[in-house]
Amino acid sequence: MKVKQLSIFVENQSGQLAEVTGALGNEGVNIRALSLADTAGFGILRLIVNDIAKAHKVLRSKRFTASETNVIAVEVPDRPGGLASILQALGDKDINIEYMYAFVEKSSANAVVIFRIENIDQAIEALQAKGIRILSAKEVYSL
Amino acid sequence: MIWDKEHECMSRSALERLQLERLKETAARVYDRVPFYRRKMDEAGVRPSDIHVLSDVRKLPFTVKDDMRANYPYGLLAVPIREAVRIHTSSGTTGKPIVVYYTRNDLDTWAELCARFITAAGVTSDDVAQVAFGYGLFTGGFGLHYGLERVGALVVPASAGNTERHLALMQDFGTTALVCTPSYGLHLGEAVNEAGIRDRIKLRRGLFGAEPWTDKMRAEIEQKLGISATDNYGLSEVIGPGVSGECEEFKNGMHISEDHFLVEIVDPDTLEPLDYGKQGELVITTLTKEAVPLLRYRTHDITRLNPEPCGCGRTATRMEKVQGRTDDMLIVRGVNIFPSQVESALLEIEGTEPHYMLVLYKEGVMDALEIWVEVSERIFSDEMKQLRELEETIKDRLQSVLGLSIKLKLVEPRTIARSEGKAKRVMDLREKT
Repeated sequence: MKVKQLSIFVENQSGQLAEVTGALGNEGVNIRALSLADTAGFGILRLIVNDIAKAHKVLRSKRFTASETNVIAVEVPDRPGGLASILQALGDKDINIEYMYAFVEKSSANAVVIFRIENIDQAIEALQAKGIRILSAKEVYSL
Repeated sequence: MIWDKEHECMSRSALERLQLERLKETAARVYDRVPFYRRKMDEAGVRPSDIHVLSDVRKLPFTVKDDMRANYPYGLLAVPIREAVRIHTSSGTTGKPIVVYYTRNDLDTWAELCARFITAAGVTSDDVAQVAFGYGLFTGGFGLHYGLERVGALVVPASAGNTERHLALMQDFGTTALVCTPSYGLHLGEAVNEAGIRDRIKLRRGLFGAEPWTDKMRAEIEQKLGISATDNYGLSEVIGPGVSGECEEFKNGMHISEDHFLVEIVDPDTLEPLDYGKQGELVITTLTKEAVPLLRYRTHDITRLNPEPCGCGRTATRMEKVQGRTDDMLIVRGVNIFPSQVESALLEIEGTEPHYMLVLYKEGVMDALEIWVEVSERIFSDEMKQLRELEETIKDRLQSVLGLSIKLKLVEPRTIARSEGKAKRVMDLREKT
């Protein structure tokens, strides 16, 4: 149920993102989803890729600082209030979300939301109890 | 183990008698043979015959780096060129390099003095010692090389640079002792852990010199490489490595080879002598150098002296780790700061690697200090909140240590170049902006 995400420290200056994504592209790493959190000085680039071990190695060799984090990928029903029902399920159990970002699944055209949650097992349990579908790691890497 | 018990464990009175005899001889020799010294001594109104007690060294004029530059290339030579057998130079950042010569006896003395601190650091003929100092005009490589051979260690003269090859050599030969600068030691420590070969190397000891470093950096290197790390000190002008070194048992100050070097601590501004225990600039008079003897050479290194004999049995005065250099000192908005202060503060903040850069520039008419701190994998968090907290913690700590406001920039590891020789920690753009 858990998906590995790669987070990369990037300085806030032109060309940095191009360098990261370029390095990954050259080594045949495919990016499935991404989000960027930034401040004036630096940003944290979060990526879901098809081959995280390889991606981490490539970035390390280019002397980027990166770390791996467990996240969950949740399928959002394609109807009004779809996302709200998921957040409600987490809120009811007092589960705090560190951050989240969304992308669209190719096969079903459903939205998928990536959640970073401190207590990830509790979150999985709460969502499954409500019948909400959590994507497997394999599904996400091959989206 | 002690390499030269007779000289390293001498009684204070016997040592001082020997020092006085050698000081008189050195002063007489340079007065006779080096026109530069004769002129300086005449100007100061002092003759070699005016030296009666050790403290009379204070009557002699100081020698500074610029004197060595001004006398480039042969001006300070106290022997005919045919008696000199080796040249080393110290690369100056500005102008001409400084050149030093060695006679056959000087080289022998040098190897002996290096053997002393190498032994004090715990290295013996059972060790495989890898030298990662540059071989060439720089004194580091050759000094340690001959000292290690004298001790009987198996020497791997790998020279500086090429981290991959260092790691391969360490694994292939089962290197047990590493010789390099502390910043390169740290770099190798990171490389060993990144490559995941910690259990394939047999390093037990590290001998580090040529750069000021802190005890916290020592702990970091020891932990990363699984070794016992000792500090040693020397400078090309005086002899190269071999002036002093720590003993492995106590690591509490570097034992100075006082039978070869007469040391003083002076106030760098007034040049007045300072008492034991007071921090100031180290001044060295060579007592046995033949080719290029030096009178009261101002090292610009800031340290303090401790005359108490050490528990290891050595009786020589010890100098504490060099705290910085008077010429590394930066004046920012009237405040004196040393890069080493930044280094200690960063190390105190748990998990922060000491890779940093001080960038000085002008903001209008005011000096601005920006400190770049590298974000390593260990301190990196993918949560913004935590990174912002880290940024604040570092900034607060540095501001309180330095006593002035700074700008802090967290940077990628690629931004600060890794040095394989002396680390460059300061970028001063104030002249240009």
